[in-house]
Amino acid sequence: MIYWLLFFEFAKISLVCVGGGYASMPLIQAAVVDTYHWLSLSEFIDIFTISQMTPGPIGINAATFAGMKIAGLLGAVCATAGFVTPSIFLCIALAKIIFKYGDLGAIHGILNGLRPAVMALIAAACVSFVLLAVWNAEKMPKDLLGTFDAKGAVILIAALIAVRMKIGVIKVLLASGVAGLILGLVI
Amino acid sequence: MIKTDKKFYWQLFKSTFIVSMFTVGGGYVIIPLLKAKYVDEYHWITDEETLNMVAIAQSTPGIMAVNTAIMLGYRMAGVAGALTGMLATVLPPLIVITIVATFYDLVASNEYVQLVLKGMQCGATALLLNVAIDLLKKQFSKKLILPIVIILGTFVANLFFGVNIMLLVAIDGIIGFFLLRDKKYE
Repeated sequence: MIYWLLFFEFAKISLVCVGGGYASMPLIQAAVVDTYHWLSLSEFIDIFTISQMTPGPIGINAATFAGMKIAGLLGAVCATAGFVTPSIFLCIALAKIIFKYGDLGAIHGILNGLRPAVMALIAAACVSFVLLAVWNAEKMPKDLLGTFDAKGAVILIAALIAVRMKIGVIKVLLASGVAGLILGLVI
Repeated sequence: MIKTDKKFYWQLFKSTFIVSMFTVGGGYVIIPLLKAKYVDEYHWITDEETLNMVAIAQSTPGIMAVNTAIMLGYRMAGVAGALTGMLATVLPPLIVITIVATFYDLVASNEYVQLVLKGMQCGATALLLNVAIDLLKKQFSKKLILPIVIILGTFVANLFFGVNIMLLVAIDGIIGFFLLRDKKYE
């Protein structure tokens, strides 16, 4: 059943998601786009974009949005509930263990292994995002020049320079949207 | 220990709900605001305890903001406090996103909206690239061999060989369990 599946998949993601909201993105992408084909990559990136501009933690926003698109309001509730349920048990258990024993060498070891894994997955997600932004393709295109979208490339590079210069996330996203509209209408 | 009556839970719920409602961004933005409410305004918990809790929350899998709310709630008022904090953090985005997603479905097929969304996708790609650059720069500057091997191995296995993400993460967790317990890997 879709609601159980949503709950279970997001619970799984939450268990291996270390290091803030961005870490959950490649994991959510793998589940909802690559494994179950609930959403297209383009829809998924829209979710990612909108999640950054609305209040609340990015991971929760993305889970709610994905659940809503996949199975409506109940889907949203199930995905979000799945995303936070493991945290309740883990946090309370860890808080108890740490107060009792002080340190957690083994758990730190696991987390130290997960962190570089998540970095690699974020980098891999970047590749698929760039392919969609600049080549409008979900997989590496055979003809790199034929499908090249110069407008997308220009916006991407300009936005990257802007965020590297520490300009706010929302400003960058809104400006990218306006640039997309203007370039799309003019060219 | 603080008095955990109805009024306390209502205040905890209300203050956390408001913080979550009006913070755009992730855990790093929400945590100082929660601290301002819990520590500075209501004196429910000390500064030092808060920092300890945040440190644990950051290294627990899951969403940092939610973890922090659970940890602090638990420290202040046990399981009921943890659940109150968690609900108050999760409900605002749940409500807002439900409305936004409904709206998105109505307008996403409009051609002007499509152009705006396409532009924003490029912007969002830049944001993710920015995060990846920062994380990798920091990790590579530590000059530790094993994490770099994990990063490269995981990247190649996922991108070029399509190895299942959960499997990769499990393998890396096991490697960490045996080989990365040293403090320098944190």
